[in-house]
Amino acid sequence: MTQTQELTKADFVSEGDVKWCPGCGDYAILSSVQTVLPTLGIPKEKFCFVSGIGCSSRFPYYMDTYGFHTIHGRAPTVASGVKMANPDLSVWVVTGDGDGLSIGANHTVHMIRRNMDLKVLLFNNRIYGLTKGQYSPTSEKGKVTKTSVYGSIDNPLNPVAFAIASGATFAARTNAANPKHMQEILKAAADHKGTAFVEILQNCNIFNDGAFAKYLDKETKAEENLILEEGKPLLFNNDTQGIVMSLEGSHPRLIVEEVNATDTSVSITGKKFLVHDPKNEDHTLSYLISQLGVSLEGTPTAMGVLRAVRKPTYDEVLYEQEAQAKAQRGVGILKKLIYSSDTWTVTEESQAAGV
Amino acid sequence: MVTQEKPKETLSSVTIRFVGDSGDGMQLTGTQFTNTSALFGNDTSTYPNFPAEIRAPQGTLAGVSGFQIHFSSNNIHTAGDHLDVLVAMNPAAFKTNINDLRQNGILIINEDAFSASNLKKAGFKEDEDVFSKYLNKFRIYKVPITKMTLGALDGLDMMAKAKERCKNMFALGLTYWIYSRSLDPTLEWLESKFGKKPDLFESNVRALKAGYNYGNTTEIFQNTYEVPKAKIVPGVYRNITGNQAISLGFVAASELVGKPLFIGSYPITPATEILQELSMYKNFGVKTFQAEDEIAGIGSAIGAAFAGQLAITTTSGPGIALKSEFMNLAVITELPVVIADIQRGGPSTGLPTKTEQTDLLQVLYGRNGESPIPVVAARSPSDCFLAAIEACRIAMEYMTPVVILSDTQIAIGSEPWKLPDLETLKPIHTRIHEDIDTFAPYRRNDDLARQWAIPGTPGCEHTIGGLEKENITGKVNLSAEVHEEMVKIRAAKVKGIADKLPPLEVYGEQSGDLLFLGWGSTYGAIRTAADELLASGYKVGQVHLRHINPLPNDLGEIFSRFKHIVVPELNSGQLLMILRAKFLIDIKGINQVNTKPFAVSDLVSRAKELIGDK
Repeated sequence: MTQTQELTKADFVSEGDVKWCPGCGDYAILSSVQTVLPTLGIPKEKFCFVSGIGCSSRFPYYMDTYGFHTIHGRAPTVASGVKMANPDLSVWVVTGDGDGLSIGANHTVHMIRRNMDLKVLLFNNRIYGLTKGQYSPTSEKGKVTKTSVYGSIDNPLNPVAFAIASGATFAARTNAANPKHMQEILKAAADHKGTAFVEILQNCNIFNDGAFAKYLDKETKAEENLILEEGKPLLFNNDTQGIVMSLEGSHPRLIVEEVNATDTSVSITGKKFLVHDPKNEDHTLSYLISQLGVSLEGTPTAMGVLRAVRKPTYDEVLYEQEAQAKAQRGVGILKKLIYSSDTWTVTEESQAAGV
Repeated sequence: MVTQEKPKETLSSVTIRFVGDSGDGMQLTGTQFTNTSALFGNDTSTYPNFPAEIRAPQGTLAGVSGFQIHFSSNNIHTAGDHLDVLVAMNPAAFKTNINDLRQNGILIINEDAFSASNLKKAGFKEDEDVFSKYLNKFRIYKVPITKMTLGALDGLDMMAKAKERCKNMFALGLTYWIYSRSLDPTLEWLESKFGKKPDLFESNVRALKAGYNYGNTTEIFQNTYEVPKAKIVPGVYRNITGNQAISLGFVAASELVGKPLFIGSYPITPATEILQELSMYKNFGVKTFQAEDEIAGIGSAIGAAFAGQLAITTTSGPGIALKSEFMNLAVITELPVVIADIQRGGPSTGLPTKTEQTDLLQVLYGRNGESPIPVVAARSPSDCFLAAIEACRIAMEYMTPVVILSDTQIAIGSEPWKLPDLETLKPIHTRIHEDIDTFAPYRRNDDLARQWAIPGTPGCEHTIGGLEKENITGKVNLSAEVHEEMVKIRAAKVKGIADKLPPLEVYGEQSGDLLFLGWGSTYGAIRTAADELLASGYKVGQVHLRHINPLPNDLGEIFSRFKHIVVPELNSGQLLMILRAKFLIDIKGINQVNTKPFAVSDLVSRAKELIGDK
């Protein structure tokens, strides 16, 4: 079992039937994860998948690895415990927009700010599917659902922006309908040391069909997807348009500019197309890029790795501190600990001596 | 120093309470008096009492902080019913505590603090003679503690405020003189604490000695007292609080089971010290995780348990409410997690620094579905050590979450602890499983404990979770038959723990008129009441439960040997309700929910009422 070179996709497929609705985007994610895992050089028994509640969170049952289907919103806490107990494991959190950003948003923030070494797959279908169609924290404003009959009046949350603002060392966005891109991103997340947050746009064909159609539709696909590549300028729509930082007015913002047909270089007089730099120490630009498309009308949505910086992880430092404490104070001896503090001895003689 | 001989009277037992403003150093004063008495050879029992606010406005009733010490030449089990001595550092402290002083008790007040403004802050009239109505009731000593302290520190280059802060040492010195205590232990302590800060060391030493000399040289104190050594079982002792003992118990259990200790917790009064204490023990491989909330605390512990560690979470009642969904996940996934509930006054935020036993039904039943969790209780500060080990043993050997109950009184109260011989502690076994051929996640042994294959074990990959599942295979299965079978298995497993418990110990008479049955921090008061009744010829016995779920198998037989069964509890009758339902006999309760421990005298008189004519 430990010969990793022999692992194939089939090794990660569990026996039982998969019970998602036919046509659900979750199937593609499951298949992609099962495709990527054997390529990572990690023994099968070292993978552990932890989920919360919701359609996405049935995921561990369909993987032939160690798995834990926990309670609503709390997967990050259990996964953190697993990772702290055994940092050798590759621990994956599977969650959804309701699980990870509504009931469990608190834990998502704290997992990220600690930089716990966990791979986080947030399936975003912008709807509550398992409870049959209520609006979620990522549903667009005005959305009509069973609990928002007159249109949702909630402001939606942008998962990647949320992660970056929480201090994520790795944040990415991909689309379940684009397995090739998704597998690249999953591989990058797996290789990242620290919390790797991946928002996966996933179609719920029963309760929110077509939520992400604009990213797939032949007519709109080119102008709606901004595919990020490290070191490359932010160009899209077959390199006819690009993203520029506007410093007009009181604060910086990103705007779309046409690429001059005669000059496709990065720098054009008077405007400079931004170059993607996910490893920059400062996360401001990554945050602005995360707003594109999702929170900024008339711009394409950034797909790919928005941020990837290496910082010490919580579990690394936890074990470093432990090693230091052992080096400085010696490995603890229980008897010494219990007999430390101020002790006194009562003997037969001291008893007899009276006052 | 020159000693003027004054008559000395011998007493068997004394209870002193030091009270003052939150910032007056009363906890420290009390702790010093306790350590000195313990080193001298008395038996001691203490109970600090402080406000929920860290520093309420100075001089107000809300800011009063106190520390009570009972020291004796006998073996004692409580911090004392009534005070022999009350040392009150200001009018607010006087007002809130004077009713606890016994007839003819000693009242020492800091006269300098009884100013018009302080009287007003305490709700008296500015010119009120607050002592007039007590002149015949108590022995009142008005001592100018502040003035005398400042005088003793004359010439030291310190701010007046800093000098005034030494007044607690003056009060301590004075009580040392009254009770013929040596100054040496406190002088040594001051040396170790302030040795490198000459001003602080010198000022505290001078104030301490000034207080002692004041008692010796002034005419107002007619005599001194001595409380001889207690007859104590030979051994090595240290003073310990319940929160310290429970922490050490968890570390010991980790060693006994051979698994690293993981604690995931969120600070909450009165459990916080356990997380603090354990965070010092990194060199023992202890991992402490201060989670973002109560839920994440137990969630991380459950994760660590899944991954093969000895996992605990610590909290109080409000935290149990938040953790209950996760406690249920541990029930259905059958993972070993220990949940320590250090009870406090409720409901809701309630009375964070006060004691109650009101969480019993919450930990037994406060979850959805049929959700049996074993419950053990600690009876005294030092007993928390063994109770913690027992909770960990049950968790590991039966693969189950376990609740251990303590409360404010035990958690922050202290007593001398005869240090255990570690060789006598039994190893704790686990259900760790590594063999691929015989593995199934819910395959059980005779105790119905399932196998524990931890992530990283080749070939034993499996998924657990909160959905109902088949026995043995652990496959999700929501059918009626499977569910009913699993409900019964989970119940039978917990019930079966009782089959391997040692017989209950009945203290006092083995049969007779009345049996006291208790659990938790009421142990000391009940034991003292039983001793008093036995000494007066009453046929009483006492059983104090370690295990509340499951109840020991021999309990019913013991009940049959006594005419009356009485269950004293600091709640409205929670264990009582369970016992009456289970045994269908007319068990009586003695109940109080007023934030205070039982007074022994109340238990004795209630028992006498029930027994009637001897």
